[in-house]
Amino acid sequence: MQAAVEIDQAVKRYGSITALHGVTLSIADNEFFTLLGPSGCGKTTLLRMIAGFEDVTAGEIRLFGQNIAALEPNLRPVNTVFQQYALFPHMTVLDNVAFGLKMKGQDVPTRRARAAQMLDMVHLSDFAARMPAQLSGGQQQRVALARALAPAPKVLLLDEPLSALDLKLRQAMRVELKQLQRDTGITFIFVTHDQEEALTMSDRIAVMSAGRIQQTGSPRDIYESPANRFVADFIGETNLLAVQVLSVTGGVAQVQVPGGQTLACPAPSAAATATPGAHHLSIRPEHISLVAPGSGIQAVVDRVVYLGTDLQIHTHLPGGAAFHLRLQNSARIAVPNPGDTVGLQLDEGAARLVAD
Amino acid sequence: MAGIAPQPPNTGADTGGDTTGYRSILAPLLAPTWGVIGVFLVLPVLLMLLYSFLTKEFRGGVDWQFSLAAYDQFFVTRGLFGDEPPQIEWTYIAIFWRSIWQAALATLLCLIIGFPTAWFIAARSPASRSLWLFAITIPYWVNLLIRTVSLKFLIRDNGPLNEAMLAIGVIDAPLTMINTNAAVMLGLFYSYLPFMVLPIYAAVERYNFTLSEAASDLYAPRWVVLREIVLPNVRAGLIAGCILVFVPSLGAFLAPDLLGGGKTFMIGSLIEEQFKGSLGNWPFGAATAMILMTLVMIVLLIYARVAAKDASR
Repeated sequence: MQAAVEIDQAVKRYGSITALHGVTLSIADNEFFTLLGPSGCGKTTLLRMIAGFEDVTAGEIRLFGQNIAALEPNLRPVNTVFQQYALFPHMTVLDNVAFGLKMKGQDVPTRRARAAQMLDMVHLSDFAARMPAQLSGGQQQRVALARALAPAPKVLLLDEPLSALDLKLRQAMRVELKQLQRDTGITFIFVTHDQEEALTMSDRIAVMSAGRIQQTGSPRDIYESPANRFVADFIGETNLLAVQVLSVTGGVAQVQVPGGQTLACPAPSAAATATPGAHHLSIRPEHISLVAPGSGIQAVVDRVVYLGTDLQIHTHLPGGAAFHLRLQNSARIAVPNPGDTVGLQLDEGAARLVAD
Repeated sequence: MAGIAPQPPNTGADTGGDTTGYRSILAPLLAPTWGVIGVFLVLPVLLMLLYSFLTKEFRGGVDWQFSLAAYDQFFVTRGLFGDEPPQIEWTYIAIFWRSIWQAALATLLCLIIGFPTAWFIAARSPASRSLWLFAITIPYWVNLLIRTVSLKFLIRDNGPLNEAMLAIGVIDAPLTMINTNAAVMLGLFYSYLPFMVLPIYAAVERYNFTLSEAASDLYAPRWVVLREIVLPNVRAGLIAGCILVFVPSLGAFLAPDLLGGGKTFMIGSLIEEQFKGSLGNWPFGAATAMILMTLVMIVLLIYARVAAKDASR
């Protein structure tokens, strides 16, 4: 099947500063694809290049096979939901939603009907005659969504559309957005710095940092098999330990953690072929359980933080490296006290070697 | 969202209700404002109104005798010897019409040049913006009369502009620029351009450029973005700029006199004449000024209504 959007060695330079270093991506039709990364990683620049607001220094952007890198934004069959919505303040809600249809040359009855249908879809039928300034942030967000979807674009670009909403609304909109994407079958390219947003909605995620894509994969891949140290650290909580790889046999590596204890972990090919030496081990805090001292990895408890559903236990290894774990709160677990020595049992496959 | 909207005088009525103590100190604090408005605005206008209804005294001045002669002279003619049946006097109406036309053209010229200029400045980085604005205002440190005379010097037949064009061979004989309508237009344009640039700049600076992106994202070509999105959103600035140029252009007399050589007689010159020397006619000058002011007030009222409509959304 042909990809909806293909980005081929896209480079963006502003004078001497390079914002994107030859990014290559392929986004399938009907996919909910997320560009995730900290601010300044180039994710918004990439989105704006797809929309046509930034020109492409080098490389190609193909939409269903057609190179659109040189097209004006108004000639690209993609629509954008802007971070601050960018609703036209001098037009009613209905006229805002109908604007794209008007530009496409549809007659008044057709575009009014379509705009009304779009407003109905985002539950704003009663607000058609209002001006944007008379709406709340959440309502404006829905209008922006309806406006971008009205011309039935092949690809919808969303630039952190939920970041201006409060938490409850944001969580509700996540579900709605995902539902909308499934119902319409439109390819969504969603930009966010919020990993929870990315994990809950996306079919696939590209994690970006410093103008490069660090890893592309499903939410599960990204979370459970981070490709490198940056991804492991950026997505969710983790323990990153500097380790020495002692040996690699049959896809299993023996590593030495700070303090001299050794343990076995799956070795990804990249790390396996590397010369034995300094590497990082990523261990998610929820993949660790407490056992009696003497078995597992020995650690000393520093403090216990009560989080309601969970308990967060901060410890340190004999070498001094900090290490924390998360236990589901339950009456059955014996809560250790600061100063206690405990044994840490890692789940099968929990420890992952990651490239730097 | 008006750029430079006429502000209603702050009477304290909207804020003074909070505490009685506040109100009692407000009156003396506002006294200077009322003093200035009274002495420099209300009083002169009332004096003009009064003079326009008095009888003219030869060699200037007025007789304190009520008369409608000034308005009669403006609107009505009874032939050269005053013995024919009254007819509409077109002379002064024609001068008004010509002035309005000239002022409108000058406004249009300022708009065409001023809008891109304001846009250019607003699109610069914040630091260089103030530098550009500064550059725009520098000439206004010099008196208008001196600037107009300098302009006259520049464009006269053997002035630097003609000499330069002759020297590089663009023209064979000096171009006659002085004492033409074009020269008057140039003078008005040069005099009032900043009054167009500054309010438009204020409006464009507040314009959210993402709106243009949103419109082009929704398939609007560039000129449609300008027409449908940009212009409606900076309209208050455009109107303010047009009024600030149109109104003084209407009453201007320096540019028509010095650059037009008095050939194109305008309202400003007409009024000025009435208060000069023994040929003057103070009541007629005052009446002409009152008629001009009425016209200007009508324009301002239209603007105030538009601005109020803009502000209400």
